[in-house]
Amino acid sequence: MNREKENFSHDEADMEDRLWSYLDGQSDEASKIEELLEENNAWKEKYGELLELHTLMKATELEQPSMRFTKNVMDEIARYQIAPATKAYINNKIIWGIGAFFITMIVGFLVYGVSQINWSEGGSTKSPIGVDLGAVDYSKMFNNTLVNAFMMLNVVLGLFLLDRYLNMKRKTLMKPEGQS
Amino acid sequence: MHTERGDTELIELVLAGHSSVYAQLVERYQNFVFTLVLRYVKNREDAEEVAQDAFVKAYRSLADFKGTSKFSTWLYTVATTTSLSFLRKKKMDVQSLDNEEVFATADNLDGGLSANQVEQKSKVQLVNEAIALLSADDAQVISLFYKGEQSLEEIARILGKETNAVKVQLHRARTRLKEKMQRHFSAEVRDIY
Repeated sequence: MNREKENFSHDEADMEDRLWSYLDGQSDEASKIEELLEENNAWKEKYGELLELHTLMKATELEQPSMRFTKNVMDEIARYQIAPATKAYINNKIIWGIGAFFITMIVGFLVYGVSQINWSEGGSTKSPIGVDLGAVDYSKMFNNTLVNAFMMLNVVLGLFLLDRYLNMKRKTLMKPEGQS
Repeated sequence: MHTERGDTELIELVLAGHSSVYAQLVERYQNFVFTLVLRYVKNREDAEEVAQDAFVKAYRSLADFKGTSKFSTWLYTVATTTSLSFLRKKKMDVQSLDNEEVFATADNLDGGLSANQVEQKSKVQLVNEAIALLSADDAQVISLFYKGEQSLEEIARILGKETNAVKVQLHRARTRLKEKMQRHFSAEVRDIY
């Protein structure tokens, strides 16, 4: 009995879903629904019910703000000016400059690190590239604490400067017209 | 012959320095923006302030409107985020469908009316009242779809969701609206169904 009731409510929910899709013009089985509406009374009845609610929702009225609303908005915007488009105030050249700085730093340090590796320990005649990579002593790559600390400092300073720059730009744009 | 200027034309004029033209856009969308905000901020005074704020924000960011969507879609996104920021700031509770106090208020409203007055209530008014009893999210999706002339894709953009998720949300919101009407306005609903 309960299962029958459950199946019925499931079928009804499915019917509603399909009918709402049809009413919204989103159904990909429109012709099938139209057939069901012609042949099946339950579908026809449910369609009438949903169509009425659909029409009523369309007919609902919007709330109205006070009569002074537009004037208040216009008074308020008189204090401001339109901010330049986002693209205009984040200069691409600066972005590329910052990117180039970091890439140069990273490549420079990688070259430095690789130059510190003791390749002679991996010298092998069997390897096609002339070096047995497994036997190379990598321990000297970036083993200098001072170099590592310098790299870290550079990264932190770079991020700090970027943050300062973007913040400065944002504050300039937030200032109302007439304020320096 | 006077023809109404399109949103794009008005925006171009505003961007060219004719800021007074913005009043036409405000006039055109104020009712819907105010209704949308009211779905979140139940107090009319606060809602009016938030709606004004949304228009000011939209004006200041107008240069960022690229015309890839309808102006209304972009404006409703601004209105939605402004409403949510306001609620976050005020830590106000959004009245929801599950809020028993709201149910009680609705029931009392009806209880205070004479049989004649209840009869006079139009079906549209009942639907409006039932929408006000829904959660802000449900009420918003219904308003955007039926009154904001927004497609499911546009609503998805406004709410920052997937189109399919919005479709499901709209279906559920309508089902809950129907339940709400049957639960709180059963006497009047009998006439409808």
